[in-house]
Amino acid sequence: MAYRWKNDLTPADVTPKSLFLNRRQLIAGTAGLGAIAVAGGARAQDALVPNSFEDITTYNNFYEFGTGKTDPVQNASAMVIDPWTVTIDGMVDNPGEYALADLLDGLETEERIYRFRCVEAWSMVVPWNGVELADILDKVGVQDGAQYVAFETVVQPENMPGVRRNVIDFPYVEGLRLDEARHPLTMMATGIYGEPMPKQNGAPMRLVVPWKYGFKSIKSIVRITLTDTQPPTTWNNINAREYGFYSNVNPTVDHPRWSQATERLIGGGLFSSRQDTLMFNGYEEEVASLYEGMDLTANY
Amino acid sequence: MTLPARINGWVRVVPAWPIYILAVVNLLWEFWLALNGLRQYAVEPINVLERQYGEIALIMLIAGLFITPIRNWTGVNLVKYRRAIGLSAFLFVLAHFLVFAVLDVQSVSRVVTEVIKRPYVTVGFAAFVLLIPLAVTSNNRSIRKLGPVRWRKLHMLTYPIVVLSGLHYIWLVKGWPIEPFAYMVVILALLFVRIKWTGIRDYLAKRDASASS
Ligand code: HEM
Repeated sequence: MAYRWKNDLTPADVTPKSLFLNRRQLIAGTAGLGAIAVAGGARAQDALVPNSFEDITTYNNFYEFGTGKTDPVQNASAMVIDPWTVTIDGMVDNPGEYALADLLDGLETEERIYRFRCVEAWSMVVPWNGVELADILDKVGVQDGAQYVAFETVVQPENMPGVRRNVIDFPYVEGLRLDEARHPLTMMATGIYGEPMPKQNGAPMRLVVPWKYGFKSIKSIVRITLTDTQPPTTWNNINAREYGFYSNVNPTVDHPRWSQATERLIGGGLFSSRQDTLMFNGYEEEVASLYEGMDLTANY
Repeated sequence: MTLPARINGWVRVVPAWPIYILAVVNLLWEFWLALNGLRQYAVEPINVLERQYGEIALIMLIAGLFITPIRNWTGVNLVKYRRAIGLSAFLFVLAHFLVFAVLDVQSVSRVVTEVIKRPYVTVGFAAFVLLIPLAVTSNNRSIRKLGPVRWRKLHMLTYPIVVLSGLHYIWLVKGWPIEPFAYMVVILALLFVRIKWTGIRDYLAKRDASASS
């Protein structure tokens, strides 16, 4: 059952491709603010203007292809994504190697326009297409006692210069608590702007968790594991002081090396100003209850 | 005529001032590209310009450090260009700082906070501050006023400056990209050969002096 989360925007509100390909000066997220005040200080959903397709697909972090922002768009074309199988294992009723089409078969695909906040203090607005992760989990049957979901990115050394140079430890791994994974905002995205997911954005299927820093939204997923223990996550392994397991967007908890209080929305040109970062990236109303009673400074 | 001698002949006729022109033109060219969102500036011009200026500054600082070993090893004497290289480096550091302060952070109080709170910014800022007296004294009048010994001593600040710059770069990256570490290796190698050169020279001079007495 998809559409558990109501997106006020319909596909008709997404800029037609002919326009977005050349559109440059977008100041997203603030138009109409004030007129439509939303509880919790969240910006109104219908005020979000997606970044251009070009912005979203030419400025990426995907270290498998190199550490530069343009490395992914330059190198990702070599990644082989067809055929694509996803191994689902651990505490599930129907483990196995699923062809991507079989995994998604029968699930409702919808469009979600989400804010996307990178831990490096920049952000975009992305019109994703995909399914709710909860639907996939229901399909494979989560067993009692499972508490976490672990994810793994594909490794193709021959096609991935960043992997060959070992810029970080690969495979890239991520994880969510089961209730986070089941939250209706959490999706498995297979496209952007109605186009199949570009390789540099994590084709053919990637996670999208809009209230967490972007690195939690792991790309090009080949394994999903249900477990009862908190799984290791790549950036937490690299530097636990800088990157916690939760990594919820939180303007009051700085990264040790830079401030998280503000962010720059990509696409505003050389003189674009910073905007305040919102608690849980503006999804406080929807997700704050997941963390009730938790110390978010300790559990960053 | 040997190659070094021939190059020194060219050096005598090629003036240093085109370096200033090239630096200013390059600085403005990058700014213009960023302003118009061209090439690598298409999506996030502010951060990319900030990094571009920083990297050029670092390269120019390192280039300045190459002059002496090149002379020692090959006899090619490029000292004539060192002031222009150093001042151009300062120009890019200044531009780097201004992009950081005016376009990126956009608030005086936040610049102060960042300089105090973020070690990699602190280190970059220290390098910038240490560069200021060198830039101010890079003219013939200052050399005369300070005297060559004091002037040279003051300009030994380039060593901590370039180490701080390399550290600044390493400290700000995520993961293990090659570039900052490669720069640091070059920087440390350049310092290492200097320590050895002066050390050996002093040692030999002392030995010669005691042998001949
Ligand atoms: C001698 C002085 C300096 C040198 C040589 C220098 C050099 C560099 C280099 C090489 C980079 C990385 C470029 C890249 O990624 O390609 C960089 C980044 C940076 N520098 Fe500097 N820098 C200096 C001073 C400063 C100062 C004074 C500040 C601010 C007060 C500063 C702030 C920054 C910031 C914020 C970044 C990173 C931007 C980001 O987040 O990506 N730097 N610098």
